[in-house]
Amino acid sequence: MPVDKDVAPVIEMRGITIQFPGVKALDAVDFTLRRGEVHSLMGENGAGKSTLIKALTGVYAIDSGSITVGGEPRTFHTTADAQAAGISTVYQEVNLCTNLSVGENVMLGHEVRRAGAIDWRATHREAARHLEALGVNLDTRTGLFSHSIAIQQLIAISRAMVTDSTVLILDEPTSSLDRSEVEQLFGVIRELRDRGVAILFVSHFLDQVYEISDRITVLRNGKLVGEYEAAKLPRNELISSMIGRQLEDLAELSSSAAREIDRSSAPVLKASGLGKKGVLEPADLEVYEGEVVGIAGLLGSGRTELVRLMYGADRSDSGRLEVHGKPARITTPRHAIDRRIAFSSEDRRAEGIVGDLSVAENIVLGIQARRGWLRRVKRSESDSIVAEYIDALGVRPADPDRPVRNLSGGNQQKVLLARWLATAPELIILDEPTRGIDVGAKADIQRKVAELSAKGLSVIFISSEIEEVIRLAQRITVMRDRRKIGELESNGLHVDDVIDYIANEGQENVA
Amino acid sequence: MTDLKTAATSPLSTVLGALNTFRSRHASWIPVFAAVLILVVMFGFAQWWFGNFLSLRLISALLLDNAYLLILAVGMTFVILTGGIDLSVGSVMAFTGILCASLVSQGVPAGVAVPLMIAAGAAIGLLIGVLVHYFDVQPFIASLVGMFLARGLAFLVSLRSIKVEDEWILALQSTRFKFGDFYITPTGIIALVVVVVGVLLLQFTRFGRTIYAIGGNEQSARLMGLPVVRTKILAYVISGVCAGLAGLVLTAYQGSGYPLNGSGAELDTIAAVVIGGTLLTGGSGYVIGSMIGVFVYGTIAILINFLGAEQSWKRIIVGGLLLVFVVVQRVIVTRSSRRT
Repeated sequence: MPVDKDVAPVIEMRGITIQFPGVKALDAVDFTLRRGEVHSLMGENGAGKSTLIKALTGVYAIDSGSITVGGEPRTFHTTADAQAAGISTVYQEVNLCTNLSVGENVMLGHEVRRAGAIDWRATHREAARHLEALGVNLDTRTGLFSHSIAIQQLIAISRAMVTDSTVLILDEPTSSLDRSEVEQLFGVIRELRDRGVAILFVSHFLDQVYEISDRITVLRNGKLVGEYEAAKLPRNELISSMIGRQLEDLAELSSSAAREIDRSSAPVLKASGLGKKGVLEPADLEVYEGEVVGIAGLLGSGRTELVRLMYGADRSDSGRLEVHGKPARITTPRHAIDRRIAFSSEDRRAEGIVGDLSVAENIVLGIQARRGWLRRVKRSESDSIVAEYIDALGVRPADPDRPVRNLSGGNQQKVLLARWLATAPELIILDEPTRGIDVGAKADIQRKVAELSAKGLSVIFISSEIEEVIRLAQRITVMRDRRKIGELESNGLHVDDVIDYIANEGQENVA
Repeated sequence: MTDLKTAATSPLSTVLGALNTFRSRHASWIPVFAAVLILVVMFGFAQWWFGNFLSLRLISALLLDNAYLLILAVGMTFVILTGGIDLSVGSVMAFTGILCASLVSQGVPAGVAVPLMIAAGAAIGLLIGVLVHYFDVQPFIASLVGMFLARGLAFLVSLRSIKVEDEWILALQSTRFKFGDFYITPTGIIALVVVVVGVLLLQFTRFGRTIYAIGGNEQSARLMGLPVVRTKILAYVISGVCAGLAGLVLTAYQGSGYPLNGSGAELDTIAAVVIGGTLLTGGSGYVIGSMIGVFVYGTIAILINFLGAEQSWKRIIVGGLLLVFVVVQRVIVTRSSRRT
């Protein structure tokens, strides 16, 4: 690991402060990036990572502090300024133009020209050379749209190399890549590092951060916590410095799984033989009052499909549903809402929050939908409901008038949860409520689920994190390959047991 | 892309592979090919039906009668490629036309009047561009402002038609260069030069490629460090300049300026551009396509004349074609976005 304190810093940010209306997004933060290092920027959602990056790349103006690049003080007004100074950024949502060819995307703005006109052959040759330098061999004349996100990511990095960048910022580059693609990306990152490029890396995946980083800087609530050498920073210390509290928060919830559930009365919702051709084999599921039923299984195992059928978001072609022991016809979400069943989708951006509306409006939406649009929700009433849930779930910033799109993922999820809880449901179906959100928000949401179920709310909880399912649910339905393969009592259960069960159980039933 | 995986090395898979490469490289040309196909089918049909339809004279007439539309379409292509729209072009053409006619009738030499009218077109384009970019006004609304403004200015110049007697301007239409049966006037040459300049600008300059990048994803273009502001405004200025030139060509063609000229021309222009395969969402399309679109449009008009049908059929056929093209474009867009 070529980490050496004596290497001259490429970038020195000192006392960076950025003020947003009502919030100090960054408060006197220092950050140093050296030649030939991979430096990870860590922090919860809303810690100020993105703001710091945007300050460095000229998207946001800084209110105070100084940025020095290669020893010279600089002020950037646009991303073009930053690029001219050798700072390039590759964002999570790859910012390229899918309507243009691969070669053009690499070379846009730097096309090879002869006598004032673009020389396309030379331009594509140049693009191919830059791609090959990163180990990518492809036809540069093909459209960008025909390549995977992973390849697009590498194309975006090649683009940064065209401008001879000395600093490469990678903002969550791995979140939509599979393991082998991550390996390829890391190969490229190491290669660039060895060539002397300074790399700023941001990721939620701890394993990846430790695998690739030489140094780690931690931010919390817009303030600098510290700069560490990756090799000398134990994981639990990193996590606690990020969240600023101990992980015991999560541990204390373990009692939830052991809680006794009274299953003598009729279940709140019971599905028998519910299925749909080509989507889900007929499955049974019942949820009793105050019970948390977890659904474990890999992505694509039929988890989401099952609950969508139960909620009426999709139509089943076999099976029956019973609510409190009485047969019920639930073929549209409306029917489900009328029976006090709420469903929070896994795709919160597309099927959940309304980004342009405020936090308060998003929360009240659920109540309004339940009442019907003709009956007004009184201002005083909605204010108190909104205040109650912002407080109960710890939505940050606690500003009801802020547009939801400006909140971090974890806080958007809390708003979504608040919307459904405000409708006072008897059963809430949560599909991946904690995916892609930070540890603190995750703990808040888990705590709330445990607390509400203890008071009688029934919950169906879907998560890819088996540990989380075991901790929260009393009973776990296990799914694989679009069918239910069994049910487990979660008390005393270990993650490995569930993984074994998913891997081995029910093999003999497969035709 | 399952067809690549499943097929091994049979001749069929080679063909499929080649097809795939072709589609990946030239997807955006497919709508242009479709427009060419329609043009060929129409020519073929007319030739079969009338026997003596296709001739060099017809091609000449097609070009000269639609020269103004062709110029407008080139300018419009720039704007639509950025994802915008320019509704002002018809009115700007009328305004610059009547301005020119009025100036030369008062004795101003054409050498002064023509640059003035083109500058007037550019100024209105600049206004729209500034509104769109700095004031974040929808292109539809901003260019509607330009449309009303230019039409009002046209009426301010004159309420009636003004006859042009300047020899220089009349010569633009009356001079004929003959190549056998094919003939062309300076107005036709202007239109073709505009097409060539449009192609060169879009395909061979960084400015042109930035236009495509903005239409593909404006946010990306900005983050790539491309000069988005300048380019976007310039696209509207180009459209304004083209409208000014179209005003000149139309004035020469009609031998007069008339303030009611070109009402609805903006919609004809948009129709021609869309039929020529340019996506209204921006980022995909070609000037050559727009030229084909104009020819398709002109051919429909000629066909209706030949058939002796009501002119209203022209609108109906154009409407039908537009419907087909917009749906086809939608399918292409959703298919390519599904893949990413």
